[in-house]
Amino acid sequence: MAHFPAPLNTAAMPKSAYRAKVWKRIWSMRILYLMLLPGVAYYIIYKYIPMYGVLIAFKDYDILSGIVRSPWADPWYKHFQFFFESPYFSQLLTNTFLISLYKTIWGTIPAIGVALLIHEGRSLWLNRIVQTLSYMPHFLSYVIIYGIAIAFLSETSGLVNRWVVEAGGNGIPFLTSTAYFRSVLVGTDVWKDLGWGAIIYLAAMSSIDATLYEAARIDGAGRLRRIWHVTLPGIRSVIILLLVLKVGSALDAGFEQIYIMYNLQVMPVADIIDTWVFRVGLEQLNFSLATAVGLFKSLIGLVLIFLSNKLARRWGGNLW
Amino acid sequence: MVSHGNERYFDYFINILLILLAVISVFPLLYVFAVSITPYSEVLRNGGFVLIPRRITFEAYKALFGMDAIPRAFLVTSFVTVMNTLINLVLTVLMAYTLSRKHLVGRSFFIFLIVFTMMFGGGLIPTYLVVKGTGLLNTIWAMIIPGAMSTWNVLVVKTFFESLPEELFESGRIDGAGEFTVLLRLALPLSIPVLMTIGLFCVVGSWNTFFSAVYYITDPGLNPLQVIIRGLLLSSEQMEYNADIVLPTTTLQMASVVAASLPVIVVYPFVQKHLTKGMLIGAVKG
Repeated sequence: MAHFPAPLNTAAMPKSAYRAKVWKRIWSMRILYLMLLPGVAYYIIYKYIPMYGVLIAFKDYDILSGIVRSPWADPWYKHFQFFFESPYFSQLLTNTFLISLYKTIWGTIPAIGVALLIHEGRSLWLNRIVQTLSYMPHFLSYVIIYGIAIAFLSETSGLVNRWVVEAGGNGIPFLTSTAYFRSVLVGTDVWKDLGWGAIIYLAAMSSIDATLYEAARIDGAGRLRRIWHVTLPGIRSVIILLLVLKVGSALDAGFEQIYIMYNLQVMPVADIIDTWVFRVGLEQLNFSLATAVGLFKSLIGLVLIFLSNKLARRWGGNLW
Repeated sequence: MVSHGNERYFDYFINILLILLAVISVFPLLYVFAVSITPYSEVLRNGGFVLIPRRITFEAYKALFGMDAIPRAFLVTSFVTVMNTLINLVLTVLMAYTLSRKHLVGRSFFIFLIVFTMMFGGGLIPTYLVVKGTGLLNTIWAMIIPGAMSTWNVLVVKTFFESLPEELFESGRIDGAGEFTVLLRLALPLSIPVLMTIGLFCVVGSWNTFFSAVYYITDPGLNPLQVIIRGLLLSSEQMEYNADIVLPTTTLQMASVVAASLPVIVVYPFVQKHLTKGMLIGAVKG
């Protein structure tokens, strides 16, 4: 029992006695703090020291001098200004937003459709098999996804292009043409999460009050009408909530996927903030500029997260 | 009124769409597998489409595992997967248990400390500098330590510990057990399902390790599987593009894709239940 005394009654105590009591309490819980130590050390070293490292966005970082001794940038916003005035700025921002938007739209609609299918499926064993199979692609890495994309879409050896050539057409450079690449990105991403994305809608559907279906049936509504008037309205709040939360990650267009799949030819339509930061930072070793752009992205992301959480909370009263 | 017959046709229709969905999910991988075991001459003869090849060959796999890099990469990835999962679980449990103790002085401060990192981070380069500064650059630990914890996992396990009845912990303390013993003997055995879930996500995540290697590893001997496979896919894709001829490496590429995804595919059906649960924990909290 010694470990957990009752909550402190702070009002009746002088300050020094209070402090002594707190320390005593901390000391009595030293084992807990010892258990907390590795985790806190991890967070400080790998999460908080990098936040301090953001300083180099305002300096002309020199590898030999280190963070502290590198000279301040002149003016302090030099790297930000360079980025804002560069031709990349609008292109990167457009690509990032567009790819992220397309993925959200084309990811949401099929997932709801899949959830409806499974919800309406009356054969339990078929449902189980379909669920197992359709969740699986979610766990494949984007390297694997890229391999599959090559198998189907490669200009010379891809299955689709074999058919196109056989039908008398010319091979279509899906993976290397600006006209198709974004669709390939979105398409492969949708395939990967087709089933997985449905899970949450499925859960929402199964929590709809069964008496609503009963009432609709008595009123003479067929299956389609019940879907339209009971199921879909029943998950509307979940759909809205998920879309609102997506706002918070609007600048995350899928760094991993794009980095793995893009190439020089499609750079104009596929280069996003993250891939640019990676190249400028780790390939060209322009640490300060890359950090500045990364910071710009993080700050906007922070604002977006607050915005989306606020919206979600405002509409959230009757959400769950 | 909708007649009973109509309802039956509706069921047929739904079932057909469901089967179609299953086919869409599986077909691409089956095709990749088929290409990997088909002699290339036959692929060409059939206009590229082979789902059930007449002759099969495992030459591509032989060639694949004959390459020095592949078995090595399997070893690297396996080591990273095991270590990353173990470290992740231990650190997560320790932190989650502590933060679930309501009387802990400074509890809300520590919770804020970890939650804030979900919203803001130093970014690529500052993190790179820390990894470099802690001497991990170009060691296998660069793929393990920097990603050793996830705030999300800590919160999930913490919520689970909080849901356990307080009397359980009290009874342990009355018996004179210290915090660590309570965690080990009482809380842990009850939390095996939730640890299973986050552990499995960790396993899949580390099996797919790619970026930490791209960032922090330049020694080719330390490259994990995904990096090697991408190299294979990329090199010949470019050769193809330049020389305008199909190299028989397509078969090799597809074999590498199968080899890298096989462990996930084989294990997945048995653990699917735990993984789906993880998605829903996330959904309810998120």
